[in-house]
Amino acid sequence: MHTLTSWATSVPFAEIGPVVAEPVKHGIYAVAPLLVGLPLASAAILLLAGRRSDRWGHWLGVLASAGAFVIGLITFLHLLGRDSSSRVLDVRLGSWIDAGSFHVDAGMRLDPLSMTFVLLVTFVGTLIHVYSVAYMEHDRDRRRFFAYLNLFVAAMLILVLADSYLLLFVGWEGVGLASYLLIGFWNQRTPYAVAAKKAFVANRVGDIGLIVALGLMFSTFGGVDFDTVLNGDLSGASQATLTGIGLMLLLAACGKSAQFPLQSWLGDAMAGPTPVSALIHAATMVTAGVYLIVRSSALFDAAPTAQLVVVIVGAITLLFGAIVGCAKDDLKKALAASTMSQIGYMILAAGLGPVGYAFAIFHLVTHGFFKAGMFLGAGSVMHGMDDQVDMRRFGGLARYMKITYVTFGLGWLAILGIPPFSGYWSKDKIIEAAFIPTDGHTWRAWVFGMVALLGAGITAFYMSRLFFMTFEGERRWSTKADGSEQHPHESPALMTWPMIILAVGSAGLGMVLGIGNRFVDWLSPVTGHAEHGEPVIQPVLLVILTLVLVIAGAVLAWRRYAISTVPVVPPLGTALTRAARVDLYQDVVNDALLVEPGQHLTRSLVYTDKAVVDGAAVGVGQTAVGLGGLLRKTQTGYVRSYAATMLVSLVVLVVVVLVIQS
Amino acid sequence: MSALAAALPAALPATLASTGQTSGGEEALFWILAPIMVIAALGLLFARKSVHAALCLVVVMISLAFIYVAQGAVFLGVVQVVVYTGAIMMLFLFVLMLVGVDSADSLVETIRGQRWIGWLAGLGLVAVLVGVIGTAVYPNPVGVEEANEASNPVGIAHAIFADHVFAMEVVGSLLVTAALGALVLTHRRRLTTKRDQKELADLRVAGGHHLAPLPAPGVYARHNAMDVPALDPFGNPIESSVPRVLRVRGQEADASEYAARIDRVLAGRSATEPPVGPDVEGEDDK
Amino acid sequence: MSLTHYLVLSGILFSIGAATVLLRRNAIIVFMGVELMLNASNLLLVTFSRLHGTLDGQVMAFFVMVVAAAEVVVGLAIIVSIFRTRRSASVDDINLLKS
Repeated sequence: MHTLTSWATSVPFAEIGPVVAEPVKHGIYAVAPLLVGLPLASAAILLLAGRRSDRWGHWLGVLASAGAFVIGLITFLHLLGRDSSSRVLDVRLGSWIDAGSFHVDAGMRLDPLSMTFVLLVTFVGTLIHVYSVAYMEHDRDRRRFFAYLNLFVAAMLILVLADSYLLLFVGWEGVGLASYLLIGFWNQRTPYAVAAKKAFVANRVGDIGLIVALGLMFSTFGGVDFDTVLNGDLSGASQATLTGIGLMLLLAACGKSAQFPLQSWLGDAMAGPTPVSALIHAATMVTAGVYLIVRSSALFDAAPTAQLVVVIVGAITLLFGAIVGCAKDDLKKALAASTMSQIGYMILAAGLGPVGYAFAIFHLVTHGFFKAGMFLGAGSVMHGMDDQVDMRRFGGLARYMKITYVTFGLGWLAILGIPPFSGYWSKDKIIEAAFIPTDGHTWRAWVFGMVALLGAGITAFYMSRLFFMTFEGERRWSTKADGSEQHPHESPALMTWPMIILAVGSAGLGMVLGIGNRFVDWLSPVTGHAEHGEPVIQPVLLVILTLVLVIAGAVLAWRRYAISTVPVVPPLGTALTRAARVDLYQDVVNDALLVEPGQHLTRSLVYTDKAVVDGAAVGVGQTAVGLGGLLRKTQTGYVRSYAATMLVSLVVLVVVVLVIQS
Repeated sequence: MSALAAALPAALPATLASTGQTSGGEEALFWILAPIMVIAALGLLFARKSVHAALCLVVVMISLAFIYVAQGAVFLGVVQVVVYTGAIMMLFLFVLMLVGVDSADSLVETIRGQRWIGWLAGLGLVAVLVGVIGTAVYPNPVGVEEANEASNPVGIAHAIFADHVFAMEVVGSLLVTAALGALVLTHRRRLTTKRDQKELADLRVAGGHHLAPLPAPGVYARHNAMDVPALDPFGNPIESSVPRVLRVRGQEADASEYAARIDRVLAGRSATEPPVGPDVEGEDDK
Repeated sequence: MSLTHYLVLSGILFSIGAATVLLRRNAIIVFMGVELMLNASNLLLVTFSRLHGTLDGQVMAFFVMVVAAAEVVVGLAIIVSIFRTRRSASVDDINLLKS
């Protein structure tokens, strides 16, 4: 039990801030650029080679990803060999932008935070690459799929390895692009293409935040690389500016991580193939927002208002995702709601300040394993059930898909937070950190702590619902698309082995990293430390309370979905259920707030263009024609009329001259 | 001409330079000619037949010639008669004949409002001009007696060939150009081949026209006036011997009536006596 | 009687000539109105030459006459050729520039 509170006392560090990067060049670090280079080159080859590479393209993709993992592992081990205070390294690649007073050098930042992400991305990524070889076997465009997967891996690695916000932005955009390409992989079906567009547009809104933040950083600090911004003199900038930067970074994180209010795209993103959902929308891309906030920890620490907003956003999304997840009958969409909710936890933790940064990342890593594992399991279920996703049509699959059942079950236990599985180690720490009052605001501790606790209970309920509806209970299978009987079967080895490996991680990784606060210490050069108070509820009590809530949720789900008959046709349900089925009317709200006014604006602009601009242009012409018509009437063609005009004008002129002269 | 030119200035008393007023004779001339001129000008404006209008203009021009001479511009007065009236107005009359003498020009106005504008402009112009002229201040008149020392034509000759010789040469070339221009404008290009004399004669024969010249009037008749038709060998009058114009106007004379008149006269009676002979009875001709 | 009488007469003749141009339809009569206007200005020139005592006015009137002659030649040639094609001597029939 001492692990719960001992992290503050067992570490004899005083308060330290982020460590300044020291540049390195030789040895293994010279190979570091290959981390990005291998997947990028592979993507280029696969896209340029075209159909010729269809037979071996996927293996090249797997190899590229595995190669990146190997390099990452070696770099990580080297980093481990260094002293704890000298683990923040900068591999300079060259001068990039030199425009007046704006200088940005391209380089790679190798420190605990970035290496954690590198390992997570490449390891989980490689497993999913292997899984995709079998999952996409019958798809004509499998090679292109691997090209996009590699592109994604390369972009994500750029994002986490960048040593400046601008280079991070390059990776940011790259993962957005890869996400768009992968969600809309089967874009011959219009709804999938629309979902890809929706994801991209929502991401774009977030990108505005990052761009504004870049601008604010440059104007405030004179540069956008991490050393200038994060290790600079933050007290010189005004509170308003820092809060502004923080809020803009939060906006960017909301877009990428599907947090409120930019969360509407994640459910629709399930239109992509399941490996995509596993890799991008569970483990890695959606966690980029958390990475951004934790990376900018120095900024947020100096802007408490922004931190508070971060916490609030995390809390809202946590509950939002949980409520929505309870009503979803689509297996993947329920998992997506769960992802949204869990990232809400991470954002909440990241907003708590130095208290929570490390736990946010910890949860991120464990979540990466168990959520990816569950998504791969979902893919396996779909593979065995003829691509069915409606959970009301599952039931009793445990007997037929044993490996999937076990691996999925381990992930389920992990996400519930049942000790000793990994979710318990990370999520409980977050709940505990939420209950710690910061800056003496006790009410905050109570509010956010209760939210986190409640979220844990609801999570338990809906994840158990998901699990029981799929694997337990009676069979509620329909027929296949061609009318024949369903024959659920286990997936091939290429699909089951990644699931097994991830399940092992889901089970044990938490304990491995959590014992002795290893992970927190590992991240300390980046996140720093701070003295903090005690949580308002005793930690021991908190653990018990959490477990009680979790078990209650699981039992409730057991009673409703494992033992009782689950109706195949969804019942009407309460108003809240109906609302949750349509994502708490998020699309309605988005439409009313943004789409409708946007369309209205477009229509009025088109009308203005036609009526005013075209009207002016045409009107000028018509006026000229009208005037011409009027003037034409003077051209009678009669000589005598012209003579009359001349004579009358002469008389008038002479009179005028006489009058003036007199 | 030169005698006249020399005599005239002497005939005019040189009172203008001394008094600023013209002599009484000149005044009388003016007050006779001015109304005539104005009425003739109005005749030009209102005449229905174009020939009458041309003749009115001739009246104006001749009166102007009188006035020029009275003002000491002898040369100009003569030139006015010779060139302006004699050549230009005759040219007008020729063209009138070409265009159509008998076409009456309707005085009904076709352009809307033109009559009002015309009257307005005309009266307005009169008012303005007379007003300006009447209110302008003039220097004391000098008179051309001194300039006409060596007679008016000589003075003008001096002026033209000494001071204005270039203008005169230019005007000369203008005249040549005008003559050429008239030729060019009225030139008609032949669109069909010109039929030669033989071809025309063949066509006339084929068309059954009268090939010989028309009979002269009065042939075989007892009278050779233009309006008396010729008689054929049988004593009947030939219609085509009297000019068409007279025939159209009904001014053709009756040959037999003339013959009867001659017989009466030779018989010692009056020409217009009722005939005693049994041939023509109560026949009214003309 | 002073010389202004001649000037007034010239003005009246000029106006009548102008009115003729505006009010008559026959092309030749219009042309005659123009001739009347030229004659009126000749009278004016001669009177002023007498006023000033030089012969310049008379010389100018002489040139006016010559130019009038040239103008009449060309103008009548035009009227004749128009009459040949259109068989009409009315100025109102020459209205092809009507728009």
